[in-house]
Amino acid sequence: MPSVTEILEMMDYGAAPVSDRPAQDWLKAHSPLGHFIGGAFTEAANGQALPYPATGKELAQVAEGSADDVTRAVASARAAAPGWAALPPHERAEHLTKLAALLRKRQEVLAQLATRESGRAIHTTTATDVPEAIAQFTHFAHRAELLDETFPGRAPHGIVGIILPVQRAFVTLAAKVAPALAAGNTLVLKPAAEAPLTALAFAAICAEAGLPAGVINVVTGGAELDQTLAEAEIEMLSFTGPTEAGRALRIATAGSGKALALALGGRPPHLIFADADLDAAVEGVVTALESSPRLLVAEAVLERFTQKLTRRLETLRIGDPLDKGTDLGITVPPSHLAEIRARIAQGVEAGAELVQPNLSVHLPKNGQFCRPGLLLHVFPANPCFDAETLGPTTTLTSFRTPAEAVELANNSRFGRAAAVWSENITLATDIAAQIETGTVWINSSDLSAPGAPQEGLRESGVSQAGLAAYLAPSTVPALPEPPAVMIPESVLGESDVAKAVAQAEKAGGWSQKTGADRAQVLRAFSAELAVQQARIAERLQSLGHDPQEAAQAIRLAYRCAAHAETGADEALRPAPKTLALAQSLPWGVLGVACPVTQPLLGFAALVLPALAMGNRVVAISAPSLAQILPDLAQMLTKAGVPGGVLSLVNGPRDTWVQTLARHDGVAALWYAGNAEGAALAERQSAGNLKATWCPTERDWSAQPLSETLAQARQSKTIWLPYGA
Amino acid sequence: MTHPQTRNPGTALTPSWLEDVAVNTPAAEERAIKLTANRPLKGTWQAAWLVNAIRCMDLTTLAGDDTEARVARLCAKARRPIAEPILCALGLDHLTTGAVCVYPTMVRSAVRALDGSGIPVASVATGFPSGLMPLALRLQEINYAVAEGAAEIDIVITRAHVLRGEWAALYDEIAAMRDACGDAHMKAILATGDLQTLTNVYKASMVAMQAGADFIKTSTGKEAVNATLPVSLTMVRALRDYGDRTGARVGFKPAGGMKTAQDALNWQILMKEELGNDWLQPDLFRLGASSMLGNIELALSQHVTGRLAASHRHAIA
Repeated sequence: MPSVTEILEMMDYGAAPVSDRPAQDWLKAHSPLGHFIGGAFTEAANGQALPYPATGKELAQVAEGSADDVTRAVASARAAAPGWAALPPHERAEHLTKLAALLRKRQEVLAQLATRESGRAIHTTTATDVPEAIAQFTHFAHRAELLDETFPGRAPHGIVGIILPVQRAFVTLAAKVAPALAAGNTLVLKPAAEAPLTALAFAAICAEAGLPAGVINVVTGGAELDQTLAEAEIEMLSFTGPTEAGRALRIATAGSGKALALALGGRPPHLIFADADLDAAVEGVVTALESSPRLLVAEAVLERFTQKLTRRLETLRIGDPLDKGTDLGITVPPSHLAEIRARIAQGVEAGAELVQPNLSVHLPKNGQFCRPGLLLHVFPANPCFDAETLGPTTTLTSFRTPAEAVELANNSRFGRAAAVWSENITLATDIAAQIETGTVWINSSDLSAPGAPQEGLRESGVSQAGLAAYLAPSTVPALPEPPAVMIPESVLGESDVAKAVAQAEKAGGWSQKTGADRAQVLRAFSAELAVQQARIAERLQSLGHDPQEAAQAIRLAYRCAAHAETGADEALRPAPKTLALAQSLPWGVLGVACPVTQPLLGFAALVLPALAMGNRVVAISAPSLAQILPDLAQMLTKAGVPGGVLSLVNGPRDTWVQTLARHDGVAALWYAGNAEGAALAERQSAGNLKATWCPTERDWSAQPLSETLAQARQSKTIWLPYGA
Repeated sequence: MTHPQTRNPGTALTPSWLEDVAVNTPAAEERAIKLTANRPLKGTWQAAWLVNAIRCMDLTTLAGDDTEARVARLCAKARRPIAEPILCALGLDHLTTGAVCVYPTMVRSAVRALDGSGIPVASVATGFPSGLMPLALRLQEINYAVAEGAAEIDIVITRAHVLRGEWAALYDEIAAMRDACGDAHMKAILATGDLQTLTNVYKASMVAMQAGADFIKTSTGKEAVNATLPVSLTMVRALRDYGDRTGARVGFKPAGGMKTAQDALNWQILMKEELGNDWLQPDLFRLGASSMLGNIELALSQHVTGRLAASHRHAIA
């Protein structure tokens, strides 16, 4: 050990290793680790060595699961489901509160296991990850308490399969498990093969906290089990991980009737304007480093910002994850390292310049540590510009004007999150409004709270809106739809639909309008319908439909107008001196395949809520509506619905819906035919991971409007910390 | 004290270096919290860093009841800031504080008491602590303190100039004070508790450096809020920006409000992280404190003996 005099020369920090005795003891007591099924660990069969990613040394033997294990876990969850769902919400809230208390008591060992399984720095798992996770359980205990008030009459899905990522596995677990349990589901967790420890320890803590056996089950094993779980007898699948894996699960669950929640990849753009607090922006980028932010920097400050960031990266301490002074441990799972390095090399090949800091603490020789970096001169055409991840390497692209900054930010397949750095509040809020991501942080980075929505737009995710995602839709009486008829596209051509989408893409003004403006138009349309009510009812009757549809459709139209006016935006205060605006956002271009059985009511019940929330709609209407279509079109024009906002096409629904499903310009797709057509629509939608909703075969007079409206919007949360 | 580095020559008043600057307060506060959260200093490292804090300390008495005897006692403590046995146990043969800081009328006694120790005497001046005196008298006070033997002058600025955005007036005042200091090094006290916003703090720092301050210093110790980490962070960043533009190296002195050994570590971590090791030396970093030394001594005693220390067993300042 150096002397005081020697340290006075160096003024370095010295090592601060953490003893992870509690984690070691836990592993010793439980290894070889079996699955956790029916409230206890199973005998560990087919044990595989689990390495500590920082050294490669074995931590424990972990069971390699099989399809049978998944079946057993699902059966256990199935047995526990009725009892858990039948508990009064207050009792589930009590369970969650107790669980949160016990997790708090065990937070040390949980943080250490999180560091052991992922190689994340102990400081991060201790100070950030585990407390964040526990806050989820506290929050959703309260949500459970109010379940009957906020979602009257709604039931849980049943069994939710949850697939966890390698990084931040425990944070992700909590964000999914807490609402899923609060809603009354029972669960089968499938942690990543590389990081199963926190999930297993969590399950054991659940048992200790008195959660009924079978409510939580964990099956460990490789990625092939993800598909097995997706295809198992579960009602919902919730996945966090890479986009391509999410796409595969979308295809695997298509047509199964299973609800699907995907939280996928994408690197957050950070827009740094000339009037930003550059030092603050540098810190924000460092906070977000592991998500490899896409830096978009104003040319006026490019040089100064780059200098500041490069210098800051040199003070990062990378190395032993179990040292309290480590900033970054393992940031990239060892199995992905080669791929990420190759991608960065491609970026350099394409003209980017890689700057890597001289690190004050040398990277350990053993272990797969990843040096952070900064890729300069990354133009949109560079393969790194919109790569899904680059580890702790950021890319830097310059812009000249705010408009160009927004254009570059939105030039992406992804839409998870973004940060805007400017001390000009007028500019910052305008930019935040224009960026198409589920979260926008103004002058901050990586903020989250259990109550604040955190959606991924575009290919970054599908349906993740808090508690509602874990509740089954209300049961609506069935009305059969005729079987799907497929006509080969070669016979038909796609021109009508494609043309309508092109027009809808241009009609973006509708989505920008205020709710009040849309309400006015929709109310005018309702009035037009009301004037024609008798004539329309007569026409419906002559076509063999219920004339009541006319009155029902008109009533719906008025209500949709009212909802457009009142909106669904919310201001939250998730932390002291922090404002978060949860805005509801239209999808953009929404494809709707209307039901045939109730031609007018079905149209009104789907298309009008979609329009009310600001979507532009391409609707394939029922054949029998053909005779009324010209009238409807005239009424729409008269009411002031701008051209392209609603296209009603009449033709072979089940064929044309596939055209819509395969169109990357269509952001979401609704299909109200039968199960067979729904399967096709969902499968075809995997291409751009568009959100799908398939309310098949139902009596539209009984459909709760609130649930349709919820499907018609996504949510975007804008964070604004303030302080003089 | 040695001054191996050349002094800050200052620049002409350059408003463009400060006019467009806006400091984001929540971000600065967050960085200040994170900064020290995962830079643990344990065992020998902690001891060494605490020793360094003593090396960089301006041991201070600025009270209305100061007497020559009181100042002499302080100076004795500056010469031997920690007890001999502890010093030996740490493997050190010599340790003094960075300077002693007193009122102008106490400079002579301090110089006498420190004779032969090499410890410089710093004097506050220019109508400390409020600065609300005619400029001519404030400059005369500098002349007086320098004549009495002060090697360093801690001046106070006219806060009104900052609050009213009168940068030229602020610049002229500080530049005149720097002239009056002559060879004595000048520390400019910004009284950040009075300036309130971090943006004001940044701008005042920048003007003070342009006007030739050798050090920028947070507080007099008499404001309602004295040195805080977010304020210090803001000043240190201004100092870095100034250095990037001019190549000049300006020192930093947080003062007031820092009482514990942990405070001493936190401020040093701030310096190392934001500026590097050079700013852990007394020529570029001073801690303005009085009671902190006692707390550090207890911590060092504990490190050496392994026993919890009691303050009555250690010499008071």
